[in-house]
Amino acid sequence: MPSQIVSLVVNGEPREFIARPGTTLLTILRESLGLTAAKRGCAQGSCGTCTVLVDDRPATACLVAVETVADHSVRTLEGVASDGNLDEVQSSFVDNFATQCGFCTAGMIMVAEALLDRDPDPSEEDVIEAISGNVCRCTGYRPIVIAILDAARRRREAGVEPGRPAEEAVSR
Amino acid sequence: MTYRLAPIDKRPFAAEREDDFTVIGSVVQRSDARGHVTGRTEFFEDVAPPGLLHLKMHRSARHHARIRGVDLTAALAVPGVTRILTHADIPNNLYTPLKLIGVGPDDEPILAVDKVRYLGEPICAVVAESEAAALEGAARVRVDYEDLPAVFDVEEALAEGAPLVNEYHGQNFFKYEGHHCRRIRFGDVEKAFGQADHVFEWRYESAPIEQAPTETTGCVVVPQADGRLRIHSDTQACFFTLDNTALILEVPFNRLRIVGGTVGGGFGGKVDVTVEPVACVAAMVTDRPVKFVYDRDEEMQVSSPRAAERIYIKDAVMDDGRIIGRKVTLYVDSGAYARHTPYGTTKAAAHLPGPYSIPNVWADCHCVFTNRTPSSAMRGFGVTIGDFALESQMDRVARALSMDPLRLRLLNAYRDGDLKAHRKVAEGTALVEVIQKTAELVGHELPEAYRRMSSTTREGL
Repeated sequence: MPSQIVSLVVNGEPREFIARPGTTLLTILRESLGLTAAKRGCAQGSCGTCTVLVDDRPATACLVAVETVADHSVRTLEGVASDGNLDEVQSSFVDNFATQCGFCTAGMIMVAEALLDRDPDPSEEDVIEAISGNVCRCTGYRPIVIAILDAARRRREAGVEPGRPAEEAVSR
Repeated sequence: MTYRLAPIDKRPFAAEREDDFTVIGSVVQRSDARGHVTGRTEFFEDVAPPGLLHLKMHRSARHHARIRGVDLTAALAVPGVTRILTHADIPNNLYTPLKLIGVGPDDEPILAVDKVRYLGEPICAVVAESEAAALEGAARVRVDYEDLPAVFDVEEALAEGAPLVNEYHGQNFFKYEGHHCRRIRFGDVEKAFGQADHVFEWRYESAPIEQAPTETTGCVVVPQADGRLRIHSDTQACFFTLDNTALILEVPFNRLRIVGGTVGGGFGGKVDVTVEPVACVAAMVTDRPVKFVYDRDEEMQVSSPRAAERIYIKDAVMDDGRIIGRKVTLYVDSGAYARHTPYGTTKAAAHLPGPYSIPNVWADCHCVFTNRTPSSAMRGFGVTIGDFALESQMDRVARALSMDPLRLRLLNAYRDGDLKAHRKVAEGTALVEVIQKTAELVGHELPEAYRRMSSTTREGL
């Protein structure tokens, strides 16, 4: 099959590129669009480092054939800060020492964004469930859970409106 | 912020200058955190130079075999395959990473020559226009093997008649200054066993442990107009990698430039020099950028794990809990090559007999070659498994004597000024105080005599 032109709305901007059929969303983001925050950890959907939001739901970009999400909306970590200002999840990760090597961070933050968009007041169990598909081999899970709960508190205190509630979490 | 900042107990630091205490007890933001949370931290694989070639390895399908022949015909016919490297392309194909600090002999080929010594050993490197073509090419390499008997157990490897794993050593163990192992000889353990009220001997064993970083091992090598090679790498050891790579390429060190320092999880698994040399050769012969990054399954199979260890500990113990003799026989499984395991075994020896003042100590610490994946660095390698064994031993001795395990340790803990089995005087030990504080924190009752003990004096013993 020949390559085709595919369009996506990435971090709010329409983007077009040429893709061979079956090219993964992760490859397109990293190699065609230069958005390298999402990482390739296992390339088999089990480590979560490539997690981005497709229509506000977490998806492992290494398993998504890009033509299957043509014209859909994709959010990556690059689109989270606005005008260089960190959002509540990002600043909470910094303040709570929820980063170590940094390789899982993009996936963890995107999962947290999706969680807080649909539930502004998650329980600790909800947070643990939300990040259960994301591996941190530095095993810094505890500060990550604390940071996400702290981010939720910061959002509520700042009166940030929850985002559009996502439907069922995408299969992960 | 949810941090409780307790005041520092400065008593143990009485000799330190007050104005040195500017950081402990304060919150310092990580310098790399902002890059991590914005996705702007540059990992090696985020570099995408134009014209990038991909390298994939064809690896040994045998644990131990002679190579009769390698057929590259089908691999070279794969569209997109541009070059296949064999041992003949590597300027200095035989190396050992610790030669930089004078450890020898060279015992490991970059690409196998006439023999493979472990499952997954690199044989030839397929360079192609795409990752898919490189994988396809690597899958189509045909190797004609003549199987050799293999050995996977440290004690079997040392037994008479065991197959010889590594000819460069000439025997299945690493020689330390002419000795068959690292040894400690202090006092007379056999005499202690004769005098002891009890003799306890147990065996401890660990499996290899893979570091499994989320970012797999890899590099991108970019040839520069001035003839230098720029190496983007996730190595944990930039200078070590640079120096070893230069020796393997037979080029001056200043022909290479490493861009590194950002490591997506290492835990020791990215200390060995495994991807850079062959990627550099590929970049040199093609004059194009080359990426060589492990797949997840390669990371799990061939990146060097923490060594498996087997440890026998025999203690001479008195009724009151004093340990008067300790004999340790320790085997570290180096796998097929030395890498960092001779050093790890030395560390293991240096860590014996644990933080205890024992007047008679005997230890033999063997670094053994087997047909398993070469082991290497991982988080306190050489020490952690020994600690597991030593502290399990202390618990079992305490149980056998019906004694509180903390009291057993307090009784035997070394004090400042004690002569250790390595004939070094113990300084700044503090183990007694740490145990006392731990007992207090967990509500473990200690009798007054044990609460009064101190690491600075042997009084009360």
